[in-house]
Amino acid sequence: MAKADRDELIEGEIPALRRYAYALTRDHEAADDLVQDCLERALSRWHLHRGADALRPWLFTILRNIFINAYHAGRRRGASVPLEEAPAPAVSPGQEGALDVKDVMAALDRLPEDYRSLILLVGVEEFSYSEAADILAIPSGTVMSRLARARRKLRELLEGEAIPFLRRVK
Amino acid sequence: MKGPHTPIGEDDLQAYVDGRIAQDRFALVETYLDEQPEVRARLERERRQVEVLREQLRAKFEEPVPARLRVSSIRAGRRRRSRGWMRAAAAAVLIFALGCGSGWVLGRGAPIALPAARLAAADAVSQGAMAAYRTYVVEVAHPVEVGAEHEKHLMTWLSKRLGRPLEAPDLSAFGYALMGGRLLPARRGAAAQLMYENAGGERLTLYVQASDGTQTAFRFFRDGDASTLAWLDQGFGFAVTAPLARNALLPIAEAVYHAFEPAGSASGNG
Repeated sequence: MAKADRDELIEGEIPALRRYAYALTRDHEAADDLVQDCLERALSRWHLHRGADALRPWLFTILRNIFINAYHAGRRRGASVPLEEAPAPAVSPGQEGALDVKDVMAALDRLPEDYRSLILLVGVEEFSYSEAADILAIPSGTVMSRLARARRKLRELLEGEAIPFLRRVK
Repeated sequence: MKGPHTPIGEDDLQAYVDGRIAQDRFALVETYLDEQPEVRARLERERRQVEVLREQLRAKFEEPVPARLRVSSIRAGRRRRSRGWMRAAAAAVLIFALGCGSGWVLGRGAPIALPAARLAAADAVSQGAMAAYRTYVVEVAHPVEVGAEHEKHLMTWLSKRLGRPLEAPDLSAFGYALMGGRLLPARRGAAAQLMYENAGGERLTLYVQASDGTQTAFRFFRDGDASTLAWLDQGFGFAVTAPLARNALLPIAEAVYHAFEPAGSASGNG
């Protein structure tokens, strides 16, 4: 493939990579650093990549692995906040029609990274279930049940069902 | 393939949330949800949450891409780095070739081909040298532990502690005179620092410590106003650190390299 074609293909994925990186890091600068690391790695390892159809999952896989290895440990804002200090969601059951946008992101932040990524990769990045399984390195047979669990957790956080377990006992 | 009698599963419901359900299952799921209004309401909320999430992240997606993330910028960055890298490598090979006669360093090629572990060892030497430099060159009262007036004693002592014969290189050709030296802790045993000063009061340090790896070309490391050139040779790491630009530091490092060359391997043309 010509270099110019390759660049254009990669370039086309940058907005989506930034979106995923931002959802993971919740920090604009860190997200762009993450994307930059991802692109540098992709360019230097292009010879390991075969075929154009799998480019998008490949880039997302690289980005997520960098995040897990380098960023997840200490750089993500709020990563080490004790559970009882995590802010309680503001939406109560029955208010589902008026969900505050920020609350979904805030609730998402409180999920384990693999749940977060699965929700993002399927719901926002619109990967197929099997592509999402590949990116997350999980058996494709388990994607649907994981997705169901992830979305249930998110919903419970938003609807306040899980609050009694998260609040400090007084 | 699921038949019409396959019970509704979680996978059907998640695919329904995502709007990806297969045609033949859609009617079945709809029928099921008509009978289970609570499940329908739950799926509806989950679908809404996905929409909100997508909406929240839309602005990020639509934001103009910063220039530094353009593939061309990243490519240029890589090229710039590798060009800088190659220049440093070429300079190191050149000065070794000038000084070494035998050409064995040239034969090993540029440092870019060296294993990462050996480069890491050379970088550890640079960092140890830089830390020691920062600590002691600013020292007014006790820049050295043993002064140049006791040079023989100093070098015998340091040689013994490091386990290799050391002599203080003569850097008078560059305007630097020996002030003295000190023993320092290092990851593997001890390190030695020799300090020199020129007429203008600028200080330069040589740093020696036992190190893994046999041999590298020069590695350049800059921290603020100070530069270090470090290399590994014969199981030791060496570094020359001074508030000088790389080009000014190179001939000094070359002289130090020759001064520390093991007896017998000197080419005699230096």
